[in-house]
Amino acid sequence: MRLGLVIDLDTCVGCHACAVACKEWNTSGTTGALTDYQPYGAKPSGVWFNRIRHYEIGDYPHNKTINFPMSCMHCENAECVTVCPTGASYKRAEDGIVLVDQSKCMGCNYCSWACPYGARELDRASGTMKKCTLCIDRIYDMEIPEEERQPACVLTCPAHARMFGDFDDPESPVSRAVRERGGYQLMPELNYNPSNHYLPPRVHAPIDTERMRQKGLRAVKDWIHRAVER
Amino acid sequence: MHPALAVIFLTLFSGGGFGLMALTAIVNDFQIDGGLNPLQTMIALLVSLAFVSIGLLSSTAHLANPKNAWRAFTRWRTSWLAREGVFAVAYYPFAMLYLIWVFFTGHPAALPGLVLANMAALIGLITIFCQGMIYAVLRTIRQWNTPLVPANFYLMGLAIGATILVAIRWATGNPAPALLGTAAALLVLSAVFKGIYYFWISRPAGPTIRTATGFNRLNVRILDPGHTFGTFLTEEFGHTLAPASAHRIKALMYTIAYGVPLILLATVAQSNAAILAILAAVLVVGGIGIERWLFFVEAQHVINLYHGRQHC
Ligand code: SF4
Ligand code: SF4
Repeated sequence: MRLGLVIDLDTCVGCHACAVACKEWNTSGTTGALTDYQPYGAKPSGVWFNRIRHYEIGDYPHNKTINFPMSCMHCENAECVTVCPTGASYKRAEDGIVLVDQSKCMGCNYCSWACPYGARELDRASGTMKKCTLCIDRIYDMEIPEEERQPACVLTCPAHARMFGDFDDPESPVSRAVRERGGYQLMPELNYNPSNHYLPPRVHAPIDTERMRQKGLRAVKDWIHRAVER
Repeated sequence: MHPALAVIFLTLFSGGGFGLMALTAIVNDFQIDGGLNPLQTMIALLVSLAFVSIGLLSSTAHLANPKNAWRAFTRWRTSWLAREGVFAVAYYPFAMLYLIWVFFTGHPAALPGLVLANMAALIGLITIFCQGMIYAVLRTIRQWNTPLVPANFYLMGLAIGATILVAIRWATGNPAPALLGTAAALLVLSAVFKGIYYFWISRPAGPTIRTATGFNRLNVRILDPGHTFGTFLTEEFGHTLAPASAHRIKALMYTIAYGVPLILLATVAQSNAAILAILAAVLVVGGIGIERWLFFVEAQHVINLYHGRQHC
């Protein structure tokens, strides 16, 4: 098994709900708490497993806003694991999930240097490295209904921009989505072979804004806007 | 990268300490300049042990959770950091036994002593290699991901060791022209290699914002990094240096680490003034300390691509 996420950049609306749900779930999870520094102070900061960045791609008028969630990619060639001198970082053979054993980590930061995706953050309160666990305590919890055995971010996403599944199974929804929508990995040249894949924005027929202007009603509105003095 | 003083001290002092041990062994092996007398050998060993200890102790200050530090010796099969720890610790018994041997026998060049000295020197040299590889294996930081890094660490460690040995020799009233020449040659070589390194990293290469986001044929600009104030990622990786100040600091570094010490060493050769040799050694350590600081600040981690950098 090779568990991971597919993130659909076409539908992600950049609401940060996944990051908040992740923080909420994992702060009491296996590697919690996720400490906040000065939460009500002048410079609030803290540990997050998931961060959403926002980019503009293309040039006007063919530009588009892309919301870009990033968490641990659970890489196949996880250098973060090989560089760790204590054995605190490990990759599970059975499902490919990369974890940090909080009782072994000495907080040297070396694994965070080795991660290209910024997935690891040192918790200054515990002095240990923290990262996405793929909600290992949810996805294997036999006490909750089967459809809820998914990472918190996937369950909460209002835009259904996240999918969770097994990339080793060619018929799993994640494998099919990657195949059909041209899913890709980030920075493939570094050869970490991340499990998480991103789906590019769908190509839509362009909306012809020039011709819309000439439609009768719009022409009248434009004329009024120009004529009325404010 | 964040230039943490603890890591700068680790590579600077332990590198110099191991370099000094290596040169002590070589000088006594081949009786360069007549070899070191027992007093000089013991001073060199004490300085080397002190330097290595300063380095290792300060490195533990970099750990956020030092109570687990003992575990750092367990993953020597995969981690260069663990290998560095194992070899650094293995250095102590050999260096200390050699010190004891010289103290009690007064024969630094006798065979059992030399065996100990060469073992300590070899382990020290391996440790420098491991230290360089800690940085050189990181594909995420192009400025470190080059064999020039361990090469630089070697040359600088040996240059520090050689200048200190020259200072010890001269201060104990014992001129050493061959050793002085070696120190000067190592300084020049290390300056040249650092220059090659700076040339090598001067142009952007490697991942760009395009491969980082997957939009390979479009211009990509950050609108919002997604956090309000600093995060661990910006604190650890966000440090940069404006090119103009980088050039100025490099000029300063070359002057302090190489230019002035070389002039001082040349003066020592003419005048036998031991104080100048000591001053040269201090300047070399200080100058290479600046070099180490630059080594960290100038390293641009690819995570910066996600915080607005177009290339690293
Ligand atoms: S994303 Fe980073 S932390 Fe996660 S497995 Fe890959 S290298 Fe390791
Ligand atoms: S910070 Fe912890 S998990 Fe990361 S390399 Fe160091 S010991 Fe390993």
